Amino acid sequence: MSTQSNRAAARLMVAPSVILLFIWMIVPLAMTLYFSFRLYRLLSPERSGWVGLANYTWFLKSPEFWQAIGNTLALVGGVLVITVVLGILIALLIDQPVKGQGVLRILVIAPFFVMPPVAASIWKNLFMHPQNGLFAAVSRAFGADPILYLENHPMLSVIGIVSWEWLPFATLILLTAMQSLSSEQLEAAEMDGAKPISRFRYIVLPHLTRSITVVILIETIFLLGIFGEIFTTTQGGPGSASTTLPYMIFKQAIAAKDIGRAAAGGIIAVILANIVAIFLMRGIGRNLDA
Amino acid sequence: MARAVSPRRKLITTVAAWAVSLLIFFPVLWMILTSFKTEASAVASPPQLFTADWTLQNYSDVWARSDYPRFFWNSVVISVGSTLLGLAIAIPAAWSMAFVPGRKTKDLLMWMLSTKMMPGVAVLIPLYLLFQRTGLFDTKIGLVLALMLMNLPIIVWMLYTYFKEIPSEILEASRMDGASLWKEVVYVLTPMAIPGIASTLLLNVILAWNEAFWTITLTTTKAAPLSAFIASFSAPQGLFYAKLSAASTMAIAPILILGWFSQKQLVRGLTFGAVK
Repeated sequence: MSTQSNRAAARLMVAPSVILLFIWMIVPLAMTLYFSFRLYRLLSPERSGWVGLANYTWFLKSPEFWQAIGNTLALVGGVLVITVVLGILIALLIDQPVKGQGVLRILVIAPFFVMPPVAASIWKNLFMHPQNGLFAAVSRAFGADPILYLENHPMLSVIGIVSWEWLPFATLILLTAMQSLSSEQLEAAEMDGAKPISRFRYIVLPHLTRSITVVILIETIFLLGIFGEIFTTTQGGPGSASTTLPYMIFKQAIAAKDIGRAAAGGIIAVILANIVAIFLMRGIGRNLDA
Repeated sequence: MARAVSPRRKLITTVAAWAVSLLIFFPVLWMILTSFKTEASAVASPPQLFTADWTLQNYSDVWARSDYPRFFWNSVVISVGSTLLGLAIAIPAAWSMAFVPGRKTKDLLMWMLSTKMMPGVAVLIPLYLLFQRTGLFDTKIGLVLALMLMNLPIIVWMLYTYFKEIPSEILEASRMDGASLWKEVVYVLTPMAIPGIASTLLLNVILAWNEAFWTITLTTTKAAPLSAFIASFSAPQGLFYAKLSAASTMAIAPILILGWFSQKQLVRGLTFGAVK
């Protein structure tokens, strides 16, 4: 069905999207690349010039950098594992013949509609606050001292908050996928004496592969840039205990007002994001048959 | 997977499913309940689920203290505007990718998605400067453009997966009847794709509504949407729990209600074609 003119028209129709995205990507990236080789401090604008790779070496040598990389990986990995595993379990549960399934879906999807600053501030103030938070009240009820979640376990707390935000997404995709599984197949397996565990392992799980792929792909895209949750709750602290790579760049740009270093960090982040992207697309993009 | 089960098992799974779902929903519920409490009972120890002296005072305080309608209107314009503009650009692209795929189509699609992996913070300063220079800073147009470009890959991908499900025979038939490319898109394809377009629209309105990085960094007052409203509230108001909860509820209520009403289409859209 693809005649010559048809193809040309098709190209023309893709062009605006591609060109706009390309400009949107390349212009800021080129500027960032330029800044990354310059001395550019907002506090001393009179001193400027080329500094070669100095910004990059500062960034790579900073002990905070490796911690930030570790925290970023912990955040992305932790949230992915929690949301996929819990998502499967909750979807299995809701997929059973239960009363009020429609209402349950409404309850479960709610966190998805809560904007990150609100989610972070509810958790920080109403739940994790050491005096007035609900968790502190629960601790006291059991005669224990309240846990200082954001001070002593900042990374785990952030992972928990972000997991709560993304759990509905994972659960609902996996639930929809489970509901598209034909019941005959499961019934046949049941008749043949397959145990629930092996029914799950050999029928349900393979059926879910595509949806798990989509969950991982989409979540990774959003998780790599997580910023607002950290800004609202821990500000990357205490010290740099919950500083991720995006947050470290932000601190350089806004707190230290060193645009050159922030730009070098930005370029490093872009390179790392691309490595993750290639890995994802090669590894699981194949599954997609988009 | 509806199968006959014993009533006892149904009872157990029902109770368990409700318990888990309520647990997930609880933070939102707790915030809403707190918004109706007085400041004193909001921090009462032990905490009260319900309070005798419930009040609407927090809502009227928040309303009086800040210009909620303006923030709300900015959110509506920015989220709906960026989504509609995105759809206008993405529909032709997704159409041609789905029906006239080339060798590079898949790579192109993946490249589009990969542009979203660039952390926003990495390009914050350049975009900030660009927006300042071009006069787009703190304007609704500027945010419409930024969020449209941010969500464009998602829009293209979602539409693409929907369009692929439309049998191409129908398009061929219309072509036999002499329909031009343009007519084919407008009169044949688009009506068939309405459900898919609706899901895409919904999801992207929600993503744009909840976007809280560019909307906060690229605005100050004029174009600031609800994400900025709540950000400005949580800092000085941190310890006024009831007011903070009221402001938070006001910020998420519109999209929560929209989302609940359109839950079915939304979930279908969310699956990105992963579930056939």
